[in-house]
Amino acid sequence: MNLITISGPPSSGKTSVIIKTAAQLMQKGLKVAAVKFDCLHTDDDIAYERAGIPVKKGLSGALCPDHYFVSNIEAVVDWGLQNQFDVLVSESAGLCNRCSPYIKEIMAVCVIDNLSGINTPKKIGPMLRMADIVVITKGDIVSQAEREVFAARVHAVNPAAMVMHINGLTGQGAFELASLLMTGRREITSLKGSKLRFSMPSALCSYCLGETRIGASYQMGNVKKMNMEEQP
Amino acid sequence: MISNESLLSASIATLHKEYPYINQFLEAYPFLSRQPHDQPLARILLELESQDEDLAFDAQSFLNQMREFIVQMQEFLGQNEGNVEVITVLPGRDKHGNPEAYESVELLKGTVTSIVGPTGSGKSRLLADIEWVAQGDTPTGRSILVNNRPPDTDWRFASGRKLVAQLSQNMNFVMDLEVEEFLMLHARSRMVNDAETLVQRIIAKANELAGEKFGPQTPITALSGGQSRALMIADTAILSSSPVVLIDEIENAGIDRRKALELLIREEKIVLMATHDPILALMADQRIVISNGGIAKLIVTTPEEKLMLSELEHYDRKMMAFRNQLRIGGLLHELKES
Repeated sequence: MNLITISGPPSSGKTSVIIKTAAQLMQKGLKVAAVKFDCLHTDDDIAYERAGIPVKKGLSGALCPDHYFVSNIEAVVDWGLQNQFDVLVSESAGLCNRCSPYIKEIMAVCVIDNLSGINTPKKIGPMLRMADIVVITKGDIVSQAEREVFAARVHAVNPAAMVMHINGLTGQGAFELASLLMTGRREITSLKGSKLRFSMPSALCSYCLGETRIGASYQMGNVKKMNMEEQP
Repeated sequence: MISNESLLSASIATLHKEYPYINQFLEAYPFLSRQPHDQPLARILLELESQDEDLAFDAQSFLNQMREFIVQMQEFLGQNEGNVEVITVLPGRDKHGNPEAYESVELLKGTVTSIVGPTGSGKSRLLADIEWVAQGDTPTGRSILVNNRPPDTDWRFASGRKLVAQLSQNMNFVMDLEVEEFLMLHARSRMVNDAETLVQRIIAKANELAGEKFGPQTPITALSGGQSRALMIADTAILSSSPVVLIDEIENAGIDRRKALELLIREEKIVLMATHDPILALMADQRIVISNGGIAKLIVTTPEEKLMLSELEHYDRKMMAFRNQLRIGGLLHELKES
């Protein structure tokens, strides 16, 4: 089975890109399944089912979605192996810009959209910098100049990635992404012993454990303070 | 070849001197600019090690990415741009698997080809084939040649330089910038030498195309539909890196379409235009007829058709005059025959 991790800021078009790309893979006779990781709510599982893609969903609730992802991905992979899927796509929303959901030697795709602002590529951490493929969406509604500037910004933070444009509504570009994914495919039988490409955002303080009161005396553990003096 | 070792022994100041474009890459790491510029990079990275987690910074991948960036920039700056003379589309098959009945379609630089056919007939797929430089590996089975041979450049993944630039009616400017600032931003991302001259030229050209004038300080989001279209076309003609320009209809409002096409031709673009407007279709040198996902035929615009162009333009001007009469609050029957 091939595992592909797809990540990107909320509403960047991940689900649309995956469904359009999966349709291309299924046309080639491959069995494609998906798992959707989100925080509080998602209806994307319905969209997957409607497209004929078996899906599992996981809501992290009060936990950091990244941590939730990494604690569950192994079980998801086992589910995929048992069902003999050819391709398993994991979709996770990068809810903070520090998200880092990619696994070493597992195909990593970041989906980011032209409308998110030209400084966005700079703001996103490992989720963009460590992706193998960067898919840029919503190019059909901005000018050619803006597309070129945005792509150049993406290239500056991740020069090694392949950058491609996909229209999530029409599916233009999905065929090409599907061929790319199949050229770079790598069979896996387990994730045991695999490593993340980058450490995840950490948090271990009293607020993680349900503290709601504000004030220094309630803050324990990994607490970080802004430096109010040094800033102009 | 640049090695990670040579990068590690260089200081930030040396990097800036040797690779003037490195700024674009380093911008994403603002904390580096606060480090001493005269110290070897190796030392700075060592100092940063304790904060790696906080900065979401990985020294090894930073180095690899920086090396990759420099290598790509050196290639990019070394290559001779605008060297795509001709694109050839070799036949594949239509939606039903029937072979396409044409020999080859040649798209020459500085010429216009129109594409006609009903919605859903496969116009987008044709474009996608060109953009992806299909080698018999897309659903249509078509092959694309660049300068008469299978392309040697890796057009598919070169993020700095895509084969096709696109202009359509649905596109809007979304950045909150003034015209001049915006064009400078585009010029800088393209790393052209004479950015200021180019930007002034684009503004002048766009104003020649637009019905109503605008200045360098107009916010791009405040431009009218016609002005936006004019600026997009002038910018794509003069500043875009892509040799092929695809236009999806140009509405006949607020923009001189003939001048727009002439500009793209003069800038030696290969122009493809999806249109059902007879005037635009006749301005093209040839037109591709698409049906059922395949190229059904290739028509070279005949002299007889070209003669009709002036007749059509006459009606067009008449319609424009009526439109103008409406705008100024007049009665249509009062408009004199021209």
